[in-house]
Amino acid sequence: MKLIKVEHAYKIYKNGTTAVADLSVSIDKGEFVFVIGSTGSGKSTFIKMLYREEKPTKGNVIVGGINVAKLRNSKVYKLRRKLGVVFQDFKLLPKLNVYENVAFALETLGLPNEEIRPKVIKAIESVGLKEKMRSLPSELSGGEQQRVAIARAIVNEPRLLICDEPTGNLDPETSKEIMKILDKINKESETTIIMATHDKELVNRMKKRVLVIENGVLVSDTKKGSYKVHESSKDSK
Amino acid sequence: MRAVRILNRSIRDSFKSVFRNLSLSTASIACTTITLILVAISLFLSYNVREVTNTLEHELTIVVYLKKEVTKEEKNKIESDLKTMPNVDSYKIKTKDEWKAEMKKESDTLEITLEYLEENPLLDSVIVTVKDVKDLKVTAEKIRQYDFVSSAEYGEGMVENIIGIFDAVSIGTFGIVIALVLVTAFLISNTIKLTIFSRKTQIEIKRLVGASNTAIKLPFIFEGFILGILGSIIPIIISIYGYTVLYNQTGGYVFTKIITLVRPFPFVFIVSGFLVLVGSCVGMLGSWRAVRKYLKI
Ligand SMILES: Nc1ncnc2c1ncn2[C@@H]1O[C@H](COP(=O)(O)OP(=O)(O)OP(=O)(O)O)[C@@H](O)[C@H]1O
Ligand SMILES: [Mg+2]
Repeated sequence: MKLIKVEHAYKIYKNGTTAVADLSVSIDKGEFVFVIGSTGSGKSTFIKMLYREEKPTKGNVIVGGINVAKLRNSKVYKLRRKLGVVFQDFKLLPKLNVYENVAFALETLGLPNEEIRPKVIKAIESVGLKEKMRSLPSELSGGEQQRVAIARAIVNEPRLLICDEPTGNLDPETSKEIMKILDKINKESETTIIMATHDKELVNRMKKRVLVIENGVLVSDTKKGSYKVHESSKDSK
Repeated sequence: MRAVRILNRSIRDSFKSVFRNLSLSTASIACTTITLILVAISLFLSYNVREVTNTLEHELTIVVYLKKEVTKEEKNKIESDLKTMPNVDSYKIKTKDEWKAEMKKESDTLEITLEYLEENPLLDSVIVTVKDVKDLKVTAEKIRQYDFVSSAEYGEGMVENIIGIFDAVSIGTFGIVIALVLVTAFLISNTIKLTIFSRKTQIEIKRLVGASNTAIKLPFIFEGFILGILGSIIPIIISIYGYTVLYNQTGGYVFTKIITLVRPFPFVFIVSGFLVLVGSCVGMLGSWRAVRKYLKI
């Protein structure tokens, strides 16, 4: 079953920049997909269209049965409840501890406390932070903070997890840990993961599907791909 | 149920925020308080003025003195004419003897003087009650036209002046109240604006995890509402105690017996209800403006 279907999508920003052009791609339920490309190539823009942070200028972007291109602003929350998003800069609330940060997502949605508790603990356990549940973000390392952000993104058990350079601020060792967690989430709960990254080694090691975007155009799409595909496609130009 | 929980959590959030920005909240609350005190004053004024006008309309009379040489026919004529005048509600004949009796009762000096005089120096009169106090002057003028009418007197000028002053004061306070309401709404809107800015990340995360737009806006709307309600506490206390004390101290009369105050209960409670309503509306007006202007989602 296709979870994501992008058909001839364009994104032209108000200032005239074409960030994504005629992009078509399908992603199945349970897949792990890397999105790579040099800086400014349009990775973030592509990803933002998936969770309707940006509206496609043209074409269709269908995520979990919802056509993002036609989704009204007041209905965006329906899409957001089906997915989780993780960023380079964690976006944690500094005054809330780990537990509260993760619980915040469910409290906002109006879940009852007795339902929130087990879900939050499960999510925190799955990122291996049970011991630090009462710590504030300022008391955590970068890797730990990112794990909190991941826990928050998966606490509502979404079908899709979107990550925009989640390891961008982390050292190689910590990045490895994060990738282990993401891999585990992908395998254990069949959560589809789409991740934009610059990290060559990481992509090469994981051997997952790789989408290469250059100047807003999808230039290659390979199963068990590596960064080399990207390099060679660039060389051949 | 879900909606109730979202509502609960929003209110809790709003309260936290009121106390977190305490200095700004206090300024907003103080401004609301001043505005509502003025609202209360203008309410008490305008309501009492209406009462005064009503009282006057019932009690105000024209005293028509007839000339000494008035004939029986002329007396009959004015009686029948008064019956046809549209603004005349009723009339009563008061003869010079009746006047004399009344005056004698009023003071000893007068009694002696009146007894000393052989002939009653006073005049026969008709006391006319009018329907509409605003046309009092016109009616009095009409009555003065008769040759046999010596004079037609009423609280000339005084009545109109009192009503005029009250009207001016009411309009003046109303204008000030409107201006203050706007200033207060603006101040509250500014407070909420700062809350919105300080909660940027929180709003972003809420939006990301799938909170509806309404759920995101709710805490800010409540914050304005709470500020408005808190601002109405002191004005309500002042209204209830202040007015009751004023009423009891004056015995319900101001200046003369013409102006009677409205009885405090349940009047002060109605005013209090109105103050809460105005306070909360001003608060929500302010937060609505801030949310519209600064909460881009
Ligand atoms: N809001 C915006 N308005 C106008 N242009 C934008 C906007 N966001 C991005 N762009 C432009 O669109 C192009 C693609 O940007 P995008 O952020 O998608 O690239 P990216 O591949 O994520 O880059 P990086 O690897 O540096 O994160 C760039 O040229 C960028 O300048
Ligand atoms: Mg990017």
